[in-house]
Amino acid sequence: MATVAATVAPQPRPPAGLRRALRRSGRREQWRAALLVMPLFFFLLASFIVPIGAMLARAIVDPDVARILPRVSAELRHWDGRELPPDAAYAAMVDDLRAAREAGTLASAGTRLNYDVAGFRSLLVTSGRRVADPTATSPRQALLDADPKWGERETWAAIRRAGGPATDFYLLAAVDLRRDADNAIAAAPANESVFRNVLGRTLWIAGVVTLACLALGYPVALFIARQPPQRAALFLFLVLLPFWTSLLVRTVAWVVLLQREGILNNLLLSLGIVHEPLRMIFNRFAVYVAMVHVLLPFMVLPLYAVMKAISPTYERAAASLGATPFTAFRRVYVPQTLPGIAAGCLMVFIQALGYYITPALVGGADDQMISYFIAFYASRTVNWGMAAALSIMLLTATLALYAVYHRMIGLDKLRMS
Amino acid sequence: MQAKFWNLGAIALCAAALAIPASARDLTVVSWGGDYQDAQRDAYFKPFMQTTGVKMAEESWDGGVGTLRAKIQGGSNNWDVVQVESEELLLGCEEGLYEKLDWAKLGGKDKYMPDAVNDCGVGAIVYSFVLAYDGDKIKSDAPKSWADFWNTQKWPGKRALRKGPKTTLEIALMADGVAPKDVYKTLGTDAGVERAFKKLDQLKANLVWWEKGSQPPQLLASGEVAMTDVYNGRIAAANAKEKKNFKIVWTNNLYTIDSWVVMKGTPNKADAEKYLLFVNDPNNQKNLPPKIPYGVTTKAATALIDKNVLPNLATAPENLASALSINDKFWLENLDKLNQRFNAWVAK
Repeated sequence: MATVAATVAPQPRPPAGLRRALRRSGRREQWRAALLVMPLFFFLLASFIVPIGAMLARAIVDPDVARILPRVSAELRHWDGRELPPDAAYAAMVDDLRAAREAGTLASAGTRLNYDVAGFRSLLVTSGRRVADPTATSPRQALLDADPKWGERETWAAIRRAGGPATDFYLLAAVDLRRDADNAIAAAPANESVFRNVLGRTLWIAGVVTLACLALGYPVALFIARQPPQRAALFLFLVLLPFWTSLLVRTVAWVVLLQREGILNNLLLSLGIVHEPLRMIFNRFAVYVAMVHVLLPFMVLPLYAVMKAISPTYERAAASLGATPFTAFRRVYVPQTLPGIAAGCLMVFIQALGYYITPALVGGADDQMISYFIAFYASRTVNWGMAAALSIMLLTATLALYAVYHRMIGLDKLRMS
Repeated sequence: MQAKFWNLGAIALCAAALAIPASARDLTVVSWGGDYQDAQRDAYFKPFMQTTGVKMAEESWDGGVGTLRAKIQGGSNNWDVVQVESEELLLGCEEGLYEKLDWAKLGGKDKYMPDAVNDCGVGAIVYSFVLAYDGDKIKSDAPKSWADFWNTQKWPGKRALRKGPKTTLEIALMADGVAPKDVYKTLGTDAGVERAFKKLDQLKANLVWWEKGSQPPQLLASGEVAMTDVYNGRIAAANAKEKKNFKIVWTNNLYTIDSWVVMKGTPNKADAEKYLLFVNDPNNQKNLPPKIPYGVTTKAATALIDKNVLPNLATAPENLASALSINDKFWLENLDKLNQRFNAWVAK
């Protein structure tokens, strides 16, 4: 505002007093604009950025063990890890166990350590009970009497790994890695490796759904774009219709259609096309069908918007230069719809990556995508660190895709309807 | 305008009423809601208030030890007696969320079935995971055991199990011939876990997984699966309400217990004890199963329960004979590891 005022001001330059007044009023305008944006800014900050940041931070912050077992955590920080820790660490452990047992926090530390080493929960709780009363033996002997696991390096290494304040435990686990007793990164045992596989599956399902949406949506968009306006509006309405039905309802409708004694199977049986009911639900096929159905409008709308803007004269020009209709379509028309294809694919793909309800309801156990596991850890086992680490994995994959898209096509070319 | 004024007045009045501190709070009992709490209201809550004159309020919850932890640690606990699942009983007791029970006041430990006795809680109901099938579809030569559950040659069709390692691994081992008393001993070893997953491998292509208790009856009804594991109460409900002919195989059923606990530091401790004494009177307990098919926990109640209802309960002696008690200590320790293993196995 200030610059505008300055450029329209008549030459010669106005006196200093006026200039100051102008600048002041300009600044006031800016403040007023900023104040108008403030509510939205704080709303986004409070409802979006802070909670998501706080959630994602749980993948790396690890304060529990250091808070509940402070003395032993401090002792282990300068333990070289090659042999069993010194007596001081054993003594600190006994003190911490007594204090934590008194405070009733031992179980929380046990929960965290149990993520890493199965059996740690009861190790802490029973050892806490055993050393609760002062003993005549040395702390080392008292702990070894309570449980021989205190004589294993891995037990102490696990406490050191969880000693906070930050950890890479969850992030490593999200890509099927872990730290061993020597603090070196190693692969998780094959029969416990799951997440790389799940990420691959998530990308694959999203890719197949995107291609299927493109194959189905392109002709539909083309058809609508070539209708007279009134009829096009009607068809667009039909495309949009599913939007006004809840996602859950649409998904459950597929269960009714596809199940063993469902509508589709009954129809096929009564027509004599099949003699045994087909298995169409709780498998990958059902996931593809339901997801394509839900996501199709996101492909059709951007395609339609782009196609609508393409002038028919180009194809006519191609025909007048001797191109067959197919060549004109392939070499002249399709390239002009590329921004629409890219926008549609991006929208469908990124949404498909995060799909949770649809695969959970119509998919089998080996069709679950990464969001299923995020929900599994967040609400079922209440392991928020793991849920956050998997969320980071999903977010990273999505952002990487976005970056690739920007590199190849450019975000400025993104055209939605 | 007039109406608006009155609305405002009403809101202000409500706010004032809410602001008055609940200094002398009624005994608050919390249970699982739904059909179950309706049955409890008839069998326990109403007669308790009539007989003892104690005023009580009821609430419902969905479980989760975090809820109880927040109440105690937040210092604003307004619950007195809560019904909890066995895992919440263990965790909460370790963390000191509950009052320790005085068993002498509850009639001594011998009055109860052994699994119902805990430092912090007294068993409320017993229910089971059982094998179920549709009696209208499998008419003669019915399955009799978990081993038959695996026999897809003789009884073709899919099978459904609850998603997750808990209960699934136990069922696999019992199907493989492990006796109930050895199940957790076996599962405690790597070889035992291996054995359970090997057994599951045989059935994997035919397995459908359920996650909510309402799903197995639907899967049976739609013909999606021929057999499933399921909470016994759900089968009784489907047969009663939807006129189904689902059958239960009780052999090697897996049972567990929900317990009553008293929240730490409650101001209504005396009333809470009165309540526990009332609901653990066999003469009162016998009234619950006819309303909802869950077993009750005092030994003497079994003989008093309606003879038509008894065979539907997890506590019927012939149903208990071959049953496996789900070991929550084992699962508390191993669930993280075995969840991971199970998820990896499922995804293979």
